[in-house]
Amino acid sequence: MTARFQRGDRVRVRANGQRGHIRTPGYVRGKTGWIEAVHGEFRNPESLAYGGDGLPKRALYLVAFDQADLWGRRYRGAEGDRLTVDIFEHWLDPVGGDND
Amino acid sequence: MDDEVRAVHDRGGRPDAGPIDRTEHQLEDWEHLAEGISGALSAKGIRCTDESRRAMESLPPDVYESLKYYERWIAGAEIILIEKGILTREEIDAKVAELDQRWGAG
Amino acid sequence: MTESHDAHHQGDGDHQHEHPGVQPDGQPPYAQRIRAIEALLIEKGVLTREDIQRSVDNIESRSPADGARIVARAWVDPAYRARLLANPKAAAAELGIDASSVTEVVVVENSDDVHHLVVCTLCSCYPRQILGRPPDWYKSFNYRSRAVVEPRAVIAEFGLEVGDDVEVRVHDSTADVRYLVLPQRPAGTDGWSEEDLARLVTRDSMIGVATPHVEMAEARA
Repeated sequence: MTARFQRGDRVRVRANGQRGHIRTPGYVRGKTGWIEAVHGEFRNPESLAYGGDGLPKRALYLVAFDQADLWGRRYRGAEGDRLTVDIFEHWLDPVGGDND
Repeated sequence: MDDEVRAVHDRGGRPDAGPIDRTEHQLEDWEHLAEGISGALSAKGIRCTDESRRAMESLPPDVYESLKYYERWIAGAEIILIEKGILTREEIDAKVAELDQRWGAG
Repeated sequence: MTESHDAHHQGDGDHQHEHPGVQPDGQPPYAQRIRAIEALLIEKGVLTREDIQRSVDNIESRSPADGARIVARAWVDPAYRARLLANPKAAAAELGIDASSVTEVVVVENSDDVHHLVVCTLCSCYPRQILGRPPDWYKSFNYRSRAVVEPRAVIAEFGLEVGDDVEVRVHDSTADVRYLVLPQRPAGTDGWSEEDLARLVTRDSMIGVATPHVEMAEARA
């Protein structure tokens, strides 16, 4: 499989106002995290949900975020707390060193 | 900036969430049936999990929020079965009436 | 190719959701609808009674005891633990637990440094083939909302405290991966049999709102 991203890459989740059946939760859209793992390739649920075959398969990533980055001051917990979400490649953009 | 309108099923981090009710209930017969039919429809490839999720998510937000868990499954299954032309709403309504006459109040 | 349609316009515009109230026999309206659907699907040969029963039996045959056996084996057998972390479905199959219909399972292991918590904010994704049906609270809006933004408060509500020196890591199951927490083996269990160890492993400890401890066993004895 040709995965665009690899473990350690910093990524930002797209916030493009897409509607319909999507599996990228609102609370991570527009947020920056990093690739924790590459799960492999899976059929696209956005197509399957409407009777499509979900092909071609797309890379699915375990994306990790610092909770502080997701919620800001709203987060009550320890500084090192993290959250992971499984996100498809087409929802992710690379984040350069000085882009943030 | 969050220019997104959150869909009703997208619950992560909603500000108005309250204490978690930890009561657990035994499933009613009709809830077992809802599970069984859902699973059977998937197992036979009649509809996939993604379609059933999409159907539930398409319920009007006030309905989605007021229905109980298995009621949402049933509402979603009905949407998909009608969409795929397997059943019609009229047929289901008629069968509800028929069963009600057979087993209903009295 | 992404097909994104506004789901509100999928031919459901005229669907009336009437709630005439509970029927005289105590059955809610949706109970009537699923029975009607069942009758029609069987009449039309779409499903058989056996298809439905098989599906009911499948979910009924799974329970947290299956997950507990996996955890107990991992606690006593380091080689099994390694196999479990590398390939959870195969490791489950070794113990006669068939999770082959799950696309992927990932086991997240608690340690002195990290405590894991699993949620599905978008619906109710859960490792059903290993743990059985999820508890009502896991499917509740309040859990789905709060587990991601205030996991420590949620865990505390369940009676568990995790120190600030331990990272709380939440996993939102948004795709075809199902998460199972491998809790830490509690102190005071040296020499215990696998069976006795498995009795300590609760469903809640494999979700992440609890941890196994010896007092549980004593309470049950």
